[in-house]
Amino acid sequence: GDLRSGGGSVDVCRERLAGLVADIISTVEFNHTGELLATGDKGGRVVIFQREPESKNAPHSQGEYDVYSTFQSHEPEFDYLKSLEIEEKINKIKWLPQQNAAHSLLSTNDKTIKLWKITERDKRPEGYNLKDEEGKLKDLSTVTSLQVPVLKPMDLMVEVSPRRIFANGHTYHINSISVNSDCETYMSADDLRINLWHLAITDRSFNIVDIKPANMEDLTEVITASEFHPHHCNLFVYSSSKGSLRLCDMRAAALCDKHSKLFEEPEDPSNRSFFSEIISSVSDVKFSHSGRYMLTRDYLTVKVWDLNMEARPIETYQVHDYLRSKLCSLYENDCIFDKFECAWNGSDSVIMTGAYNNFFRMFDRNTKRDVTLEASRESSKPRAVLKPRRVCVGGKRRRDDISVDSLDFTKKILHTAWHPAENIIAIAATNNLYIFQDKVNSDMH
Amino acid sequence: MAGASELGTGPGAAGGDGDDSLYPIAVLIDELRNEDVQLRLNSIKKLSTIALALGVERTRSELLPFLTDTIYDEDEVLLALAEQLGNFTGLVGGPDFAHCLLPPLENLATVEETVVRDKAVESLRQISQEHTPVALEAYFVPLVKRLASGDWFTSRTSACGLFSVCYPRASNAVKAEIRQQFRSLCSDDTPMVRRAAASKLGEFAKVLELDSVKSGIVPLFTSLASDEQDSVRLLAVEACVSIAQLLSQDDLETLVMPTLRQAAEDKSWRVRYMVADRFSELQKAMGPKITLNDLIPAFQNLLKDCEAEVRAAAAHEVKELGENLPIEDRETIIMNQILPYIKELVSDTNQHVKSALASVIMGLSTILGKENTIEHLLPLFLAQLKDECPEVRLNIISNLDCVNEVIGIRQLSQSLLPAIVELAEDAKWRVRLAIIEYMPLLAGQLGVEFFDEKLNSLCMAWLVDHVYAIREAATNNLMKLVQKFGTEWAQNTIVPKVLVMANDPNYLHRMTTLFCINALSEACGQEITTKQMLPIVLKMAGDQVANVRFNVAKSLQKIGPILDTNALQGEVKPVLQKLGQDEDMDVKYFAQEAISVVAQRLRKLDFPVKDSGEPSVPRADKNHFPRPTVPGEDMGKGPVYQLRGDTRDTLAQLEIAELVHFSQSTD
Repeated sequence: GDLRSGGGSVDVCRERLAGLVADIISTVEFNHTGELLATGDKGGRVVIFQREPESKNAPHSQGEYDVYSTFQSHEPEFDYLKSLEIEEKINKIKWLPQQNAAHSLLSTNDKTIKLWKITERDKRPEGYNLKDEEGKLKDLSTVTSLQVPVLKPMDLMVEVSPRRIFANGHTYHINSISVNSDCETYMSADDLRINLWHLAITDRSFNIVDIKPANMEDLTEVITASEFHPHHCNLFVYSSSKGSLRLCDMRAAALCDKHSKLFEEPEDPSNRSFFSEIISSVSDVKFSHSGRYMLTRDYLTVKVWDLNMEARPIETYQVHDYLRSKLCSLYENDCIFDKFECAWNGSDSVIMTGAYNNFFRMFDRNTKRDVTLEASRESSKPRAVLKPRRVCVGGKRRRDDISVDSLDFTKKILHTAWHPAENIIAIAATNNLYIFQDKVNSDMH
Repeated sequence: MAGASELGTGPGAAGGDGDDSLYPIAVLIDELRNEDVQLRLNSIKKLSTIALALGVERTRSELLPFLTDTIYDEDEVLLALAEQLGNFTGLVGGPDFAHCLLPPLENLATVEETVVRDKAVESLRQISQEHTPVALEAYFVPLVKRLASGDWFTSRTSACGLFSVCYPRASNAVKAEIRQQFRSLCSDDTPMVRRAAASKLGEFAKVLELDSVKSGIVPLFTSLASDEQDSVRLLAVEACVSIAQLLSQDDLETLVMPTLRQAAEDKSWRVRYMVADRFSELQKAMGPKITLNDLIPAFQNLLKDCEAEVRAAAAHEVKELGENLPIEDRETIIMNQILPYIKELVSDTNQHVKSALASVIMGLSTILGKENTIEHLLPLFLAQLKDECPEVRLNIISNLDCVNEVIGIRQLSQSLLPAIVELAEDAKWRVRLAIIEYMPLLAGQLGVEFFDEKLNSLCMAWLVDHVYAIREAATNNLMKLVQKFGTEWAQNTIVPKVLVMANDPNYLHRMTTLFCINALSEACGQEITTKQMLPIVLKMAGDQVANVRFNVAKSLQKIGPILDTNALQGEVKPVLQKLGQDEDMDVKYFAQEAISVVAQRLRKLDFPVKDSGEPSVPRADKNHFPRPTVPGEDMGKGPVYQLRGDTRDTLAQLEIAELVHFSQSTD
């Protein structure tokens, strides 16, 4: 991927974000057409960006994402029964397939999932019988006939309204939500359980996976992520902290405690260490658009699994293998528990995932080429092609190379998203959102 | 915003030269766009008033265009609007203008909220009947086509519900088009539309010509029943019932059965569940021959399905299946083909399966007759009465009446008793509550002797349960028992025991005496109440706990109507007057309330009321003091956690410690 920062959009987005969202971005998600992009942040806010339509006067403005709507999705709460604070941080956002002119999305914090509707309004009613438009009462003696209000055009207004609140379904923290391809149900997963909800019913959900042992001291693994198959409404996958993936078929039984397939790579005894289990924990799992493959991220690698092969992944890519010798210090500063996400491109040929030092990595599955890019204000001038970066490991150091020791571990890219059809990517680097797009793509216009 | 509504309270303000009659309507119209949802909703609900005032022409030319664009509102407002428009034909000028209502309803049929869409479709269906055949083809059919070919699936799902109402009255050419359009929705890209089509398939089949059913509907049914999404396939099972009713036995065999067989063995448990759940409907639709050859074997498989949900649904159908079988063979069929599977289910590993079975199994006894019941069913009942799951036992006990008719309950009583005792002492108060509710029924069936001997002590023990809800239920239970067994029985067995509790050291038990008296006095009548109960109540007026004292006042008020005037004037009134001077505010309040009620009654009986100032005082008091938050009331409302709805599912849920609030004085 020859990527450069999408004309001006980087700055535009960042500047606007700085004003609107001064908080750490906690999730990024394109909708099904890629026309809208939603981010959630630590302060419980959701910001939606809309891709501006192409205009002939300003050809470079094509493809820019502008702020469309901002709203407060979750507020901090307190669970009085358990004496626990519930953070407002948005853990995940999922768009629903569009069903009419309005858009809908699900957003969740640790405990509560909310369904939001985003609508546009371009007309407003005018004309009162008993008062004028400013609200001043009319002289009643002048009211001699009835007047029905008339709708008049007005400036476009985006309204966001809460439609449903799915609460009290989870005892532990929700780590993922996923909308089923049947478009009437979705699931939510916490550390130990997965629940199935109907989108129209808020007071009841079905527990489909429960890995809570009778005695919590026997607990050896937790659910880390979960997703529905993109086409088969009965299939879903969940990943665990032990590095395994379980594919479940909801047709087989109401409670999917027994998986139908278990994807697990046998551990390499030569690489075994104190950190083996921690770094093998899967932090994200994504089905490919085709539905044939699954992409998983663990601490050091991304892996592609074929649904038809359980024994081992068909591809493994090293994200930052040079950290293998640094695991001890990464454990001490807790970085080893960072949960990096991963993403497919629209045609499932390239995969992307984040790293430290505001770096993110892309792997071309066909050519086997890979690239490290940096999302930073300094390196990404608007419309400039991003320069590949290199982390040097050995003694030979080229110009522009960066040494492992100078990596900034506080700058991490955990959340990334890829446009469903085009080469446009969204990268969340703490409280900045970067949008990059393919140079070739924009040259065609 | 508030301006109009404030004025609404003072219609007199619309004086001057303005038209007085316009005023309320003007308010209603203005509130159509009020910021307060509740006011908008009120206005929408009075839409017919607005339309009437505007007249048919202005309704058509001004009100409807405005409403057509009102689709941005809250769902509840849209729902009310969709409902109103269904009855609007008269207000727009009658059937000739019914089509004017289509544009707003068309918009409402595309909103994302299912409830609103469904209501819009319902109204459209209603209005379609008011269209003339010409108008139907000129306006309504094009609307259906527009919805059916809409960009968004919401409009296409709504279209599915409209085909069946326009088809019967359309011309042949249009009919062909409608069939074509329905067909294409059945293979729509989105599962939501296919589901909508599948759920309307049966209804659409009913209005089609038989040939079209065979050539058109059956292939659609077959393809929906093998859809890749199980959420679509399971709806095809529902359609199967309606389609089957239209076809001959031979056609059923060749056209429907292969698909139904497949559904009963579907890979997805949800589809099999649907077959089990609709089994008796399918059985009726398919007729006795197919039932015997095909459905019974399928049912056997469902009864031993690997998924508990399916087994539970099938178990639930057992009784109805038996009742629907032809009378001459049903005994043999059940005995030979169903009972062996039922026996397995009695010891199923899943408690939902067992309790589903327990809720219907007793019904089989009427079908199988006395001998079979004693020989084959009784062992099963007895096994279920000993089941580890209380819900199973409760379901058996709650259906005892079926078996009572056939073999008499005595057969069961030996096993029944331990089961009842165990439930009565269950650690979960909801279980205890459930069994209490069956006591009057059991008492009626077991007879007074058996009851006195075995169950009476249980009923009394519940009165001192540590959970308020149980004590309350036990009190009501006593009242029902007295209604059943009569006052003499009450006087001999219950009343003495209740009255003894008045001396209990626990003030909660002393209060239970009062609650029992409240409940029993009416059933027991004046004599027992005056001679036995009243002295105890009056004595308790000197109790040291305020909660007891104000309950004495409440009890006196309650039993007042049963007492004669002498007792009221001579005994009740002085005690109440004394309580009226109590140091505790709550006791004072309830005593004064009781005094005014008693005084009223005395006046009604023409008894000379000597103490004149008396009745007015408590009333004045009541106006001056806001009603106190009475500690005792907390307990009167039962447990703090009152779960909504059916508590059966939640039998296993939380056990509640009750909330006791002490007033100033202590026990």
